[in-house]
Amino acid sequence: MRLSGKLLPWISTPLLLILMVVIWKLVIAVFDVSEFVLPQPEKVLTGIGDLVQTDGFWKHVRITLTETIVGFLIALVLGVGMGSLLGHSVFLERALRPAIVASQVVPKVALVPLFIIWFGFGMTSKIVIVTLLAFFPIMLNVMLGVRSVDPGHREVMRSLNAGRWATFWRLEYHSTLPYVLAGMEIGIVFAIIGAVVGEYLGGNEGLGYLIVASLNALNAEALFAVIIVLTALGFALFLAVVALKRFLIPWHESVIGSDRVIA
Amino acid sequence: MSSTLARQQPRSEAATDGQPPPQAAGYIEVEGVCKRYHSRRGETLALDSFSLSVAQEEFIAVVGQSGCGKTTLLRILAGLIAPTEGQVKVADQPLWDGGKRNDEALAKLGLVFQDANLFPWYSVEDNIALPLRLRGQGKRERIARAHELAELVGLAGFEGSYVRELSGGMRQRVAIARALSYNPEILLMDEPFGALDAITRDRMNQELQSIALRTKATVVFVTHSITEAVFLADRVVLLSARPGRLRSLTRVELERPRSLDVQTEPGFVQTVKELRHQLMEEDA
Repeated sequence: MRLSGKLLPWISTPLLLILMVVIWKLVIAVFDVSEFVLPQPEKVLTGIGDLVQTDGFWKHVRITLTETIVGFLIALVLGVGMGSLLGHSVFLERALRPAIVASQVVPKVALVPLFIIWFGFGMTSKIVIVTLLAFFPIMLNVMLGVRSVDPGHREVMRSLNAGRWATFWRLEYHSTLPYVLAGMEIGIVFAIIGAVVGEYLGGNEGLGYLIVASLNALNAEALFAVIIVLTALGFALFLAVVALKRFLIPWHESVIGSDRVIA
Repeated sequence: MSSTLARQQPRSEAATDGQPPPQAAGYIEVEGVCKRYHSRRGETLALDSFSLSVAQEEFIAVVGQSGCGKTTLLRILAGLIAPTEGQVKVADQPLWDGGKRNDEALAKLGLVFQDANLFPWYSVEDNIALPLRLRGQGKRERIARAHELAELVGLAGFEGSYVRELSGGMRQRVAIARALSYNPEILLMDEPFGALDAITRDRMNQELQSIALRTKATVVFVTHSITEAVFLADRVVLLSARPGRLRSLTRVELERPRSLDVQTEPGFVQTVKELRHQLMEEDA
């Protein structure tokens, strides 16, 4: 039972891929779709090969990756900081709640053009966007985490006459960490979205720019290839966070149960 | 380990009129403790001028209906909440000094809650050794002590396990071992086996007796089960409900440790019956 549970994704994922390719080819055959709209799967595959060998491709990857990671790390620091502060202070949280809700409701990608005006067409504007998008899920999770420390656990520390620092280090830190990592899981996905959307709108670097360039050239093959590369990139970053989680909180339910989700 | 089975401490006569026994200062002295809670709906008197003197190595059980303030009493003894009036003395030292707790008195107390309250991020041995870690003890000593205690509470071989891998009974064992890790002279227990099934509970009660005797601990044990109280304790404190007052103090004249068979003996049955009547009278 356990074994089949672990093996299942390794069987189901290739099957799903095959199914997708079959439907893909079927759609092209049945509706007689032009290859400018939907190229054959094998063409996309060779498209990826071409793309990878293109001059400057790795530079674009590096730029998108840099924007994503730098912006994400800034969001992580700010999110953990703000989240802990608001989690500890009911007063601050009440005072800032309307502002927080408002800034969450704003469709943040709508601000992208503004950031490009303010911070230019280079990496800075994209990093700002990435930070903004990844910040909120991290901050909200950390706030929740700080509030969720078990009162019974606090009582144990109090009965043992533990000081402020010991209480943080032995209890609050461990107790909040799963929330930080849950925020990071959402945050990293938002971070890539931020980077790509930023690149759509400004500048001539990064994978987002490659998408726009492919679109302008009406090159559907290349478009698909970039999307697949981006997916792989996103997957790699997400797995990095999951790996970090397994390393940092091996005791947590989300890690124990995840064997079957991410094999 | 010296034999503590035949303990021959001079004991004062049991008081049944709500007054503490007129003996020289006990190991734990509870002196006229009151606790008032303030809420929006007004003031609640949870505990009213409660006094008790507990001798060293004595096993005291506190029973009463739910909401009678027995948990409040234990939390005051544990230094978790301050009494509104009165004082608690542990080995002649006041537990509370103004709003501050006396570290030395506090270090003599080991606390076991109804929930085991173990830290899931630590292994069994790290949970047991947590108080030692807070006291800055070295890793080797800590681990050695944790293994010793794991053995004492019947968890040898589980030192490396995570909390989630343990059953409810095992978790309470870890909690007891944690409370014992720094050799407190007093063990304060708040319905520690309340959430366990009857069979596990019986076994835990038996083991608790031998642990208490072997460690020579003075125990204050809060429970809502009269049978459990009579089975474990030298003296049973019955609290009246709202406000919690000392209703009666009953001595159980049976040698500790007791086997489960004791529960069918006439003396045992009689004591349980009397206490139950007292509790019922109050309802009427």
